[in-house]
Parts: sequence; structure tokens; C-alpha cells
Amino acid sequence: MVATAEPLERAHPVDAEDPREHLMLDPRPRGEMNGMVMEAMHTSTWKFWVLASFLGIVVVTCLIISWGYLIAEGLGVAGVNKPAFWGIFLVNTVYWIGISHAGTFVSALLRVMKAEFRRPFTRAAELLTTFGLIQAGISIFMHLGRVWLSYWLFPYPNERTIWPNFHSPLGWDFLAINTYLMASTMYLFLPLIPDLAMARDRSKGWRKVFYRILSLGFRGTEGEWRHLRTAMTIFAWAIIPVMFSVHTIVAWDFAAATRPGWSSTVFGPYFVVGALQSGIAAVGMVVVLIRATMKNMKYFIRPEHLDALGKLMLVVSMTWGYFFFQDYMVNWYGGDKFTKMLLEFHEKGPMGWMWFAMLIFNVVIPFATLWSKKIRRNPALLFTIGLLINAGMWFERYIIIPTSLTINRMPFTWKVYVPRIEILLSLGTLALFILIYMIASRLIPLVPVWEVQEGQVAHGLRKVGKATVKTVSDIE
Amino acid sequence: MNKPGWIGQIEVGNPFNEASLYKWGMVIDQDLCTGCQACVTACAMENNTSFVGEADAGYGRTMHWLHIERFWDGVYPNVKLTSYQPLLCQHCERAPCEPVCPVFASVHSLSQKTNLQVYNRCVGTRYCANNCPYQVREFNWRDYAPPEPLPNMFHPDVTVRRRGVMEKCTFCLQRLLQAEDKASAEGRVLADGEVITACAQACPTGAIVFGRLDDPESQVSHLRTDGRAAVLLEELGTLPSITYLKGGSSYGRNR
Repeated sequence: MVATAEPLERAHPVDAEDPREHLMLDPRPRGEMNGMVMEAMHTSTWKFWVLASFLGIVVVTCLIISWGYLIAEGLGVAGVNKPAFWGIFLVNTVYWIGISHAGTFVSALLRVMKAEFRRPFTRAAELLTTFGLIQAGISIFMHLGRVWLSYWLFPYPNERTIWPNFHSPLGWDFLAINTYLMASTMYLFLPLIPDLAMARDRSKGWRKVFYRILSLGFRGTEGEWRHLRTAMTIFAWAIIPVMFSVHTIVAWDFAAATRPGWSSTVFGPYFVVGALQSGIAAVGMVVVLIRATMKNMKYFIRPEHLDALGKLMLVVSMTWGYFFFQDYMVNWYGGDKFTKMLLEFHEKGPMGWMWFAMLIFNVVIPFATLWSKKIRRNPALLFTIGLLINAGMWFERYIIIPTSLTINRMPFTWKVYVPRIEILLSLGTLALFILIYMIASRLIPLVPVWEVQEGQVAHGLRKVGKATVKTVSDIE
Repeated sequence: MNKPGWIGQIEVGNPFNEASLYKWGMVIDQDLCTGCQACVTACAMENNTSFVGEADAGYGRTMHWLHIERFWDGVYPNVKLTSYQPLLCQHCERAPCEPVCPVFASVHSLSQKTNLQVYNRCVGTRYCANNCPYQVREFNWRDYAPPEPLPNMFHPDVTVRRRGVMEKCTFCLQRLLQAEDKASAEGRVLADGEVITACAQACPTGAIVFGRLDDPESQVSHLRTDGRAAVLLEELGTLPSITYLKGGSSYGRNR
């Protein structure tokens, strides 16, 4: 015993990590793994139902009833007022579009880059995209003065041959968000098909009907896989420029306007990075929550994944800090009188606390903490940092929209924006987001099992001389 | 009705051609303005602007298309009051509010060379109001129905706006159209001063002058070449149709 232990000791130095810590190197039988995912989908404690009913009540009161009241009474019940004609509704729109960026970024970009750590949580991230875009859409409709006429934004043929105005950044925005919603839903659906087929073969009753319809008769033949892979590759490559364009166009809503503080040429990339900043932090939060609350998820989501997400958060946070500085520097150096007033108002005005909180949450805290591997691998800490980053990014949008609108070139109209019913409606959209995510987690396999299994087949441990090395074969 | 034809460069008698060479503009003399608010009242009467009630007015949602601004110059003990500045839609030739509307509710009138808001088309994105550097657009935050018998005083030629649409000064479009139609039917060109807006009509000191900018002999065109003439936020290149004659007791001194 002792004699055999010694060479192993030398092959694995004491501080080296156990290769079995990696999901890819810790394979389980496919049947068992499928069963684990099915079990995670079927197991709900009483806490789940209590939370779901509470969120349902919040959605009914804060979203449906409040929105109905808002539509019936007019936007007068909201706090928006001259000169801040845009308020929290648009803050939420930009925020949710930002959240929705992460899904695609984590999934598509890491997929085409063949980053292996993506495998267990791509679906959790893609769901963020689709459900986040739904909240963004709802928020922008809340914002409209006459929402019952919002179909006029669609370029549909009509007897008066009136088209939407393609000069307007809002028109571009509307088309971009719709494109992104459809593309990301397709991108969510394609990798889902094999898992739906897996669930179909292991379900009974209405669930079987549900999965049978959604899995489109997928049986797992070689030809089906080839077509599916081709489609996924096309979508993964195509959705990346779409994703970048969407938030750039959202930024143009502001950058194309003649407002001090808005007409900044760097807004396009700045908004894209800001979106990734909040979005990746949101993926981190969701992954931690799934790991903590759903059965069997501790096998699939491991500290190594939190670690990788933590590194991404750190890199994006530093990039965001760079872009913020870049935007601020050029605005300040430009020396425009009103822009200078606005920058001072951001810091010294009544909402100055928000400006400093934004910088602390987005730059200082990630930079101070995420260098540490221990912190990155700690679920509670990673969740807290993600929450702070998301609060910071929401503050950033709040500063860009209503706070910047406070100051314009006609000082007679200056007035600080105070939200009213917007707060209720924001809580309503947040509750709706969590609720549909919870329902989805019980209806569709939240871990792409086939992708994990594929990765585990490709990875292996091999002995080279006395050392054990990790090997990855490229099977795609 | 006259036969279709041309008088100079102006086409008359053709009901299908909406284009005309009339270009309307305004000059506001800040030295003559006494801040009496008669123009504000006249504008509200003429254009059916809503009375928003005490609560919303206190919240800053009064919907006047024309309001009088006055600023303090300096820090409190040594305060100097600046001239009154009646502010209304500047009817920019290159208006920032127009391209940003996603549904073409904010449009440029080919006929009057003014900036118009199509209430029926507006869906209430409020982008135009954000992008207006003069902040003269007013939004209908609610349905502001006046109590009886006030609806009886509504101007029959002016639309009453409902909640959720943007509105703003139209240069009393109903007056312009009526006068243009009359002149066109009589086969002549409108004379200077034949049609003026409600605010210009109500101004007791004649600080507001309205007329044709395309006519070099009109009073407005003469006043625009005054040494005190300035347009608001000229650096933005919006080319407003309204010219201000600078106040500050410089009256008569053509600097």
C-alpha cells in the first residue's frame, strides 16, 4: 500500500486540484444523468409553491392592476414630467435588454470559442435572454402614452400607406428588439430539442404530450444531429452581431438626440459593455440560485463554473470602467457649458449618492474582490457581488435617463424626477420575470444534458509518462 | 373661385397642391414685453389647451403652449432680473423633434413651413419632447375634461386632445389656413398683417410681431435684420422661425 502511494504522490503534487472536481472529468452514466435532470424538474418543495403564489399575487396587483390603472387614467399617475419625459420605464427597458445580453453572450460566444465551462449553464443563460426581453417589451409598452395604438410602430401594410418613420432611432430600436427576440428564441429552442426528446421518453401524461409536440419528433439519428449542429452553428455565429447591434441601437436612442450628456459617440460600445456587465452578473446570480435550490444541481454546477463566471465578471467590470472613463473624459474635456453642468449635477446633485454607488458597485467592489479565487468560488459572495453589480448597472441607466434629462439647455424647466407608480410596475415586471423563470425551470430541462454528455465524452484523463494530463478531443 | 394659376411665385386656386411659398415667422421684442401674460391667456383660449387642475399644475404639468420665462442673473443679494422671454415652439426649419418620432406624428408642413403635431397619429413615446432643445412640447398626462359650462367656450376649429398625445404651438394653424384659403379663392396673395396669431393679437405693447418671412418687405423681415436680433440656441443649427430682439434696455440702440 505504502509502496504504491509514493509515485502517485509525486505525480500529483499536494496543492494540485483533484481532476474529479471538473464536471467534464467526472462523468456519470448517461441514464443516471438524464434521470437526475428529470428529477430536478419534478422535485418542488412547498417553499417553491409559496414563493410562486406570492409572486403571482405581486404580478396581479403590481403589474396587471397597476398597468390597467395607468392605461385608464393616463400617464399622469406616473412621476414622469417635463423635462424628464422618460423615466423608470425606459430605465427598466434598457436594464432588461442588458440582462438579456448575457444569455446570448455566454452561450453563443463561448460556444463558438469552444469554452468548455459553458456547458452546464448555457440554457439557464439563454432563458435569461428570452425572459429578459419579454420584460423589456412590457416596460416599453408601459412607457407609451397610447399603448393601444402601439401596433403603429410595426411596418404593416395599411390602406393609408402610412409607414413607421425609419429615420427614428426608436423605430430602429423596435425592429432590433423584435429581431433579437425572435433570433434568441430560436437559439434557445434549437439546443433544447434533444433535451425535450429526452424528457419525452421519460414522461407520462400531459407532460409527454407537451414534450412530444415541442421536440418535433427528434429521435437522435445521425442525420438529425448533423442538421441540428449545422443550424446551431449558424445561429451561434449569426446571433453575435445581432446581439451587438441591439444594444448599440438602444444606445443610439440616446446618442442620436441633441441632449447634453446624451449625444456621446462612445455610447454604442459603452452600452454593449454595460449590458454584458449586468448580464453576466445576472447569469452568476441565477446559476448560484439554481445550484442552491434545485435538486441534483450541485453535480452540474460546480465551483469551477462560478470561478469562470467570476473571472468574466471581473474582466467585463474593468472594461466597463474603461468605457465609463472614456465617456466621462470626452464629455468633460469638450467643455460644453450644459454638459459640464450636467456632469456636476450627476455628482453633486440630489441623486449624487447614486452616481457614487454606481462606481462603487460596478468597479470598486468587483475589482477589490474578484481577484480572489476563494471569493469567486463562494456562491453566497458571488451572488452578492452579482446583485451589487446589477444594482449599479440599474443606477447607471437611471443616471443616464431621468437624471440627465433634469438638466437641459432651457434652465426654466429644470426639475428633478421623482417616480410614482413606476416603482410598483417595476416590482411587477421583476416578479413576472422570476415567476416565469421558476415555471420554466419545472417545465424544461434547465441543464443541457446532451451538451454535458458530449463534453464528458470528449474529455479524458491520460497518463503520459508519470504525469496525468487532461485531454480534449474535438468531436464537432 | 379663380382659375388655377400663378401670382408671382405663389400658386393659387389649385386645391390639390398643398405647397405654397408662405413662410410664417415671428419676432418678439424683449424690450417691449412687459410680462403681462395676455399672450398666454389668449393662446389658451384660442387653442383649447387644457386646464390641468390644481394638483397637476402644482406638479408642473401646466399645458400652456406659450409661457413667459424670466431668469435671475447673479447670486441672491445682487440679483438682476433679466428681460421677459415669451417661449413657444420655435418652428425650426431643421427641427430636432421631427426625425425622432417613430410614427411620423411630428412632421413639417410643406404648406406653412411650420412644425406640426398630428394628434391622431401620436402614440406618446415622448421622444420629440426630449429632443426639443427649447422644451416647448406639452404632453397630455391625463384626460383633462373641464367642468360644465367651460366646454362651451372651446374653439370649434381646433381639435381637443385626449390623454397620451403630445401637443405644442401651431402658429394658430386654423387662422393661417382660413386666411390662405380666402386669399387663394380671391386670387391674391396675403397682405402683411392680414393674419396674425392669437398671442400677437393679444399683446398690448406689440412686442410679438407675426408675418411672412418669405416677403422681404414684411414687418417681420425688417425686424429680423435689427441689430438686437438673435435666435435661441443658434449653435444647434435648428434654424428657428422665431427671432428675439434682445432686451436689457437696449431699445433704439441698434448695436
